[in-house]
Amino acid sequence: MTQQEQGVQVEEAVAAASAAATAPTTEERVAANPLRDPRDKRLPRVAGPCVLVLFGVTGDLARKKLLPAIYDLANRGLLPPGFSLVGFARRDWQDQDFAQLTYDAVKANARTPFREEVWRQLSEGIFFCPGEFTDDGAFDALAMMLAEIDETRGTGGNYGFYLSVPPKFFPVVVEQLKRTGVAHGPAGSWRRVVIEKPFGHNLASARELNAITSAVFPESSVFRIDHYLGKETVQNIMALRFANNLFEPIWNRGYVDHVQITMAEDIGIGGRAGYYDGIGAARDVIQNHLLQLLALVAMEDPTSFDADALRREKEKVLRAVQLPHDLARSTARGRYAAGWQGGEPVVGYTEEEGIPADSVTETYAAIKLEIANRRWAGVPFYLRTGKRLGRRVTEVAVVFQKAPHLPFSKDETEILGHNALVIRVQPDEGVTVRFGSKVPGTAMEVRDVSMDFAYGESFMESSPEAYERLLLDVLIGDPPLFPHQREVELSWKILDPIEEFWATQGPPEDYPAGTWGPASADEMMARDGRVWRRL
Amino acid sequence: MPSFMLTDTTASKISSHLTHLRHQLGSPAVGMVLTLVVVCDEASQYDATRAATEAARAHPSRILVVVMRDPAEPNRLDAELRVGETTPGEVVLLRLYGELTRHADSVVSPLLLTDTPVVAWWPKSCPEVPAKDPVGMLAQRRILDARAAPERVQAIAGRARSYTPGDTDLAWTRLTPWRSLLAAAFDQPVGKVKKGVVEASPDHASAPLLAAWLGERLGAPVKVAESGGPGLTCVRLTTAEGDIVISRSDARLATFSRPGQPDRQVALARRPTEELLAEELRRLDPDEIYEAAIRRVARTHKS
Repeated sequence: MTQQEQGVQVEEAVAAASAAATAPTTEERVAANPLRDPRDKRLPRVAGPCVLVLFGVTGDLARKKLLPAIYDLANRGLLPPGFSLVGFARRDWQDQDFAQLTYDAVKANARTPFREEVWRQLSEGIFFCPGEFTDDGAFDALAMMLAEIDETRGTGGNYGFYLSVPPKFFPVVVEQLKRTGVAHGPAGSWRRVVIEKPFGHNLASARELNAITSAVFPESSVFRIDHYLGKETVQNIMALRFANNLFEPIWNRGYVDHVQITMAEDIGIGGRAGYYDGIGAARDVIQNHLLQLLALVAMEDPTSFDADALRREKEKVLRAVQLPHDLARSTARGRYAAGWQGGEPVVGYTEEEGIPADSVTETYAAIKLEIANRRWAGVPFYLRTGKRLGRRVTEVAVVFQKAPHLPFSKDETEILGHNALVIRVQPDEGVTVRFGSKVPGTAMEVRDVSMDFAYGESFMESSPEAYERLLLDVLIGDPPLFPHQREVELSWKILDPIEEFWATQGPPEDYPAGTWGPASADEMMARDGRVWRRL
Repeated sequence: MPSFMLTDTTASKISSHLTHLRHQLGSPAVGMVLTLVVVCDEASQYDATRAATEAARAHPSRILVVVMRDPAEPNRLDAELRVGETTPGEVVLLRLYGELTRHADSVVSPLLLTDTPVVAWWPKSCPEVPAKDPVGMLAQRRILDARAAPERVQAIAGRARSYTPGDTDLAWTRLTPWRSLLAAAFDQPVGKVKKGVVEASPDHASAPLLAAWLGERLGAPVKVAESGGPGLTCVRLTTAEGDIVISRSDARLATFSRPGQPDRQVALARRPTEELLAEELRRLDPDEIYEAAIRRVARTHKS
């Protein structure tokens, strides 16, 4: 190498370094955009140019949710020109085969109407990379393909990797991304990785899993999807609490008697036997969805709605969660036995295909938690979830104390219950307020009535699917709706002692399919002088 | 959908009939969020009602369609009530005869939903100063449509004269997908824009608005040129590195090109009225960006 050549090289390196140092972040660039104005609320947030690489394209989630959500985003004009989608799977496919799969998925499951021109925009950018996760050649091909897409589609080296695969494949996929160098981009471009629950099956495994991704991707590039947090009603919890003056004054131990958070499913484990057995209801649902709902309902108001502020408040309240001393008396677990569910005979859990007869996995879990802070001390939070229950419903019910003094006789208010504010997450999203009202007539009789606000009645047709919102947030790089690793670990710290206790208790108590869980769950409430809401 | 005709009636009779109908249907408390008053003539009534009903799916509303009939006839108010499955809210068609055509507010005002926003929409011809119109005075937001005017560019250039915060025009709403695409293009670094041109079919109301918005925001001269259409066909912005171009010739699919990058196709379809209306109903606060654009059009328009 001549001196001159060296000199040129050094110059180039210096120029590249200074470009990197001054390369503005995406947010700064957007802020500097002369066409954007915070007052111009018509302009939507549009993702910048990028490629989304989808691992596990043949799975249910991809076909039913992810691919339709991508189309819906395109249809709403929220994907940038040049947006490209790369599928990776163990199939001997060409680009057009994957395009066909996407087309079928969109036709079958998209929320918005099918439009030829939107499909043409999208299908131009659909690619497929065949291969095994262990095949170095396939990932080399992927890296080349991505570089080529940058060239031909102008995606600017921005890649999102969506790992819609079982966690056991995470290490090998992440390692391959690192090996081929696609995990790190040049300055000014971004790399993001999206992972789905389960985030481990206890604290130790969650940390292991995190070590795998964080060895390659910084925490700020890891997006953990809990699709519940993308739901309109869940986001509405924050609007309800912090945009109104009506509820916050009574949102504390002075007025709230207790809180019930329920996620009930009418289905059994279906085809998930391999995953479900050994995991159970608590790890599957309470650790993520229900504890996230608890955090949103119980947290203090964040200083702003950016990711840091919001996560900080959620972490604070999760840190304040305390387990009851006697786990035997304040938790319950069950397992569905054969029975009738909605007019059909169904088999019990241990008779499901692929479940060992000596399984001790629970399909119903109920736990009582307390939050040790000034707002909530002494107010129990009851969390329950189960499969093969009466019907499918997810809700948060804030049950208020009885009025301190009733200027009525006992007979007059005999059938008056507690006031309650219920946030229905699914189905029939909305809010119900229950309060006492006089029954028409000459006698003074007070009875519970419900006042209903139903999103579903009219707003639902236009309200986006959770995955649409979350995918857009990933592509824009907006993390508030994704749980941080610290939240994941805190949730496991809450659940691990309960799981350890349950592991010593033998098989769970059976409950007939189609009913509302085992008797022990009702007894647990009865000991506190309360009852589960009849759903 | 059940429909009920009331002839020679009054606002209070209509109101009690509505309550009665809702009770019959078993939904006494519907979560309606606003009242939409549509002022039109018999010829445009059907399309306007249909668009408003569709838009109401996203924004459950009480829709009052005020149809002006012959002012020479004796005073009379006829009403047609529609409540039911196909509409989340309620639709009331009001037909005004005689001197009553000049006192539409006396019918509309008692039928407004309590303590919720009121939006007025003139799908065809609109009053000189919408905010001073008897119906317009009841509304927080007034939606006009320059495309319905005989001289479209003239109409949009005159909007600034009568502008009152809360006014808006569907000619502006039609631009949102274009503006969104242009704004997305500027999320990546773009050099200084030297000049620009917006091409559209002759006498297109949206074209001068888009040119005004771009000129205002980019601080560069942006001209309007005529093309064969349909509608807006091209936006070309010239920078030192080359041109940023969005061109659309079939009113559906556009080609997006920028210097140093391959051309890409983008869906950019013209939107039906109900979608435009739904967008208007989403935001009920004054649109300051629109105001800036019409003021610039008024300044630069040579009449």
